[in-house]
Amino acid sequence: MSLLSVEELSVTFTARGRKDATAVDGVSFTVDQGQVVGLVGESGCGKSVTSLALMGLLPRKGVRIGGRAEFDGRDLLTLSERKLRDMRGSQLAMIFQDPLSSLNPVVPIGIQVTEILQRHRGLKGEKARKEAASLLDRVGIPDPTRRLKEYPHQLSGGMRQRALIAMAVACAPRLLIADEPTTALDVTIQAQILELLKELVDQEGTALLMITHDLGVVAGLCDEVNVLYAGRAVESAGRRELFAHPTHPYAHGLLGSIPRLDAPRGEPLNPIRGSINDKIAWADGCAFAPRCDHYTMECLTGTPELTEPRAAGHQVRCVNPVLPTAEVPA
Amino acid sequence: MSLLELDDVKVHFPVKKGLFFDRTVGHVYAVDGVSLSIEAGQTYGLVGESGCGKTTLGRAVLRLNDITDGGVVFDGTDLAKLPGEEMRAFRRRLQMVFQDPLGSLNPRQNIESILSEGMAAHGIGKDQAERREKIKAILAKVGLPSNALSRYPHEFSGGQRQRIGIARALVLEPDVIICDEPVSALDVSVQAQVINLLEELQESLGLTYLVIAHDLAVVRHISDVIGVMYLGGLVEEAPSDALYAKPRHPYTKALMSAVPVPDPEVEDRRERILLHGDLPSPANPPAGCRFHTRCPWVQETKCATERPPLLDTGGGHKVACHFTAEIEAGTVKQTLATGIEAVIATEAVAAEAVETSEGEAPEDGSGTGAKEPATVPAQEPATVPAQAGPEADAKETGKKAPDATEKAEGGPTA
Amino acid sequence: MTILTNKADKVDRLAQLTQSTESVSGSSLWREAFRRMRSSKMAIIGAAIIAAFVLVAVVGPMLAPHGATAQNWRSEVFPNQGKFVGMRGENWFGLDHLGRDMFSRWLVGARQTLLVGVVSMLIGLVVGALVGVLSGAAATLGGKAGQRVDTVIMRFTDIMLSLPSLLLAVSIAAVLGQSLTTVMIAVGVVQIPIFARLLRGSMLVQGGADYVLAAKAVGIRRKRIVLTQILPNSLSPVIVQATLSLATAIIEAAALSYLGLGNPDPAVPEWGVMLSQAQRFFDNEPMMAAYPAIGIIITALGFTLLGEAMREALDPKLRG
Repeated sequence: MSLLSVEELSVTFTARGRKDATAVDGVSFTVDQGQVVGLVGESGCGKSVTSLALMGLLPRKGVRIGGRAEFDGRDLLTLSERKLRDMRGSQLAMIFQDPLSSLNPVVPIGIQVTEILQRHRGLKGEKARKEAASLLDRVGIPDPTRRLKEYPHQLSGGMRQRALIAMAVACAPRLLIADEPTTALDVTIQAQILELLKELVDQEGTALLMITHDLGVVAGLCDEVNVLYAGRAVESAGRRELFAHPTHPYAHGLLGSIPRLDAPRGEPLNPIRGSINDKIAWADGCAFAPRCDHYTMECLTGTPELTEPRAAGHQVRCVNPVLPTAEVPA
Repeated sequence: MSLLELDDVKVHFPVKKGLFFDRTVGHVYAVDGVSLSIEAGQTYGLVGESGCGKTTLGRAVLRLNDITDGGVVFDGTDLAKLPGEEMRAFRRRLQMVFQDPLGSLNPRQNIESILSEGMAAHGIGKDQAERREKIKAILAKVGLPSNALSRYPHEFSGGQRQRIGIARALVLEPDVIICDEPVSALDVSVQAQVINLLEELQESLGLTYLVIAHDLAVVRHISDVIGVMYLGGLVEEAPSDALYAKPRHPYTKALMSAVPVPDPEVEDRRERILLHGDLPSPANPPAGCRFHTRCPWVQETKCATERPPLLDTGGGHKVACHFTAEIEAGTVKQTLATGIEAVIATEAVAAEAVETSEGEAPEDGSGTGAKEPATVPAQEPATVPAQAGPEADAKETGKKAPDATEKAEGGPTA
Repeated sequence: MTILTNKADKVDRLAQLTQSTESVSGSSLWREAFRRMRSSKMAIIGAAIIAAFVLVAVVGPMLAPHGATAQNWRSEVFPNQGKFVGMRGENWFGLDHLGRDMFSRWLVGARQTLLVGVVSMLIGLVVGALVGVLSGAAATLGGKAGQRVDTVIMRFTDIMLSLPSLLLAVSIAAVLGQSLTTVMIAVGVVQIPIFARLLRGSMLVQGGADYVLAAKAVGIRRKRIVLTQILPNSLSPVIVQATLSLATAIIEAAALSYLGLGNPDPAVPEWGVMLSQAQRFFDNEPMMAAYPAIGIIITALGFTLLGEAMREALDPKLRG
């Protein structure tokens, strides 16, 4: 059985005086022990909202959540606030995009780390401090005992993200959710953080749900990849399968439109036309149809189902998938 | 003669303190001696991480910041010394596209007003009707509908806003466009649209670009020549393909190895060069080679004391490193680890460090053992105290270098 | 295999389903703010109160059933000292201690109160905005010399701000003597540094925005950058403050009048003066104080509500 299995998760924002906005529209995926699963998509595809819903961090008011998210046999979406709080930190942990705003600016790093150790592992005083120092050391923060006394603003961006990772792994959570953990960082620092995450997963067997817009990051890190578009998964496959044979026109187009460092110069990019604002409701058809080159009348009648047109375990939500005959070399 | 030539450009921002009278207590050396030249019709890509001074340099060319020292020669005129009004007139020929498409458009002006204001300032078109015709033609060129004229910036999508930003530059018929992170604020699927547009425009209008970006893949895609910046200075400059085929500066190597490629086959095969620590503060840059605090090949001679000049190593491939040839020939040894041990400091992974450092420099295993720890104290005086950033770096490198080398000798003392 | 239907059908169907979030309206931020105001309950209540107040102030005195100074000394009104005549048919609010019709005086007072509020706000706004624009323009685009000018101006406004506003008003009133003009000037002068600082601060923020840099890069002259780029984007907080300060101006004017600095002319009653006179008779006839007080409170509430609604409507975070 999977550690986390999300079924038909949907999140709708129902602000008063505004039209209901569905951010996540039936997303399903599973995460196994020790596995790295990627949720990839552009802004507005619902990837971050999905993670917030799983962590129970969405406001209770003005939000309608549907579906199930079973973690270790319990549905995270219906758990009481208190039980969820116990789970957060000890079983589930999250790393955010902006490390500065996720750390308390007026409390030293050390106290923020020991607080977690105290709450979830019952460590106190000197013991907790020692453990905190070894955690910082573990994530590669030099001179950890001195760093413990420092405030978040005294650390660099990379250090802050490391501190946040240290806090997240403090109680050896079984699932780590990382929401764009390297987007705010420079490439060389990003490489450090990604290697660190990889190492943690390998060593501790933690499951990692990686949320990102960067296909390059996914290619190097994730075992399974779910490509999201307008709140729904449009393609899910193992990482090698997905990058070798992107089958949904969106995933295919996305890979064809990214400039690659190793591509010869002068090779033209094939952009996807329009913007994410051009979409139709999933209930009416395929949300990607307005930007798709291959859409047909069938794409405009009802939600397309997930099928496996290419290989077992490679799911595609498209009625006209990009199959070998039509494939352009990427 | 190149169209645009930068000669030892320096931009230093004073750091001021004081209650009544501002006292200058130091300088941020944002750009510290950059020379480069851009040929007409070419694209020069300037790449570097945040804080390396690339944006400041781009703005300095347009004199949007004051140039502390050096020359910016555009078409035979030194812009750095032009008086205000003459410089203003020159801005017609040098235009800029900004990173934040929404923030760089006045939210209270409609598109026609945004685009025509610059034309009016330079006396292009004799009346509004003539200007409108021209604006319509440009809008069509950048792929915007003509009904965009009466609309406001907030009514467009990100990609369209960037097209407006490009149109604003184009209506003035410039020779050079400086693109400061032109696509980094856009969604992945839209980035390619804007990159293609920039390339098409270059072809049809014969534009010269200075593209500033942190994304090496984007820069490589559109540039003829790439300059790599680190902490205020160029460390390497080469034709795009040459740079990719054979990066020569240790920083460029690390940077290239860190860029994720959306291809698992490539990702699994490649070896990352992980750097130690973070970028030192530009207010207190390390002496000597700016990169020596993080360089995996830092040597005890020269690196910490002498700033290497940017020298042509043949074929327009310029490198600023004392030991380029030696590193390539393998006659100097790697002194800092570049594997996962550069990131993690636990005993558990220390064992792996033995393997990697031995694997990378097998012939030199024991002979340099005594020499290596000596490089570390040599760096210490370079980092002046009081600043948290560089000090941390010194500590970090200082802590780990002996670690890795001790292990390399095969005898952990702890 | 899918059978491709007519291409035109396909395109039509797509166009029909596409829920583009883009508008093709071309509506400016001002217009959008106004649209948000119209759907805000707070704004509507505030605007309704203000409209009623302005109507009373403009038309009221003409409809007043009695003169503001006309006294009624008939015996049934004042049978003995200390007894007031309450509400009755011909005197809706009753009579005051001098036998004048309180309703008529309340109507005339409304006009005076509105006048004090508007004029003193305008003094503060106009002078303050001028100082603010000068200072803000000098600081953002004036180079080193400009920054010095800005520093001098700002230290001066700091001094003005550091004086307690009521004390400043009292001293101005002491110099100029007791009159309605004094009250207006005193209340207005107190507002000057507030407006100046607000506009300058707002201009400083906008002056650092990317679009100002872009305008500079395009080669637009500095004077024009201030007028077309920085200023229009800096006005929202000033407009909000102007609305809110109408409320404080009315209250402050009332306070000054209450302290006895208001217009002594009995022919032009003002709510603050009326309140001040009523305090002597508060034990006998509390209603005499209540009418002007309620007038002041409701009016101030109206302006505050409208100001807060404006603040929300003009908030750039709500854009889009």
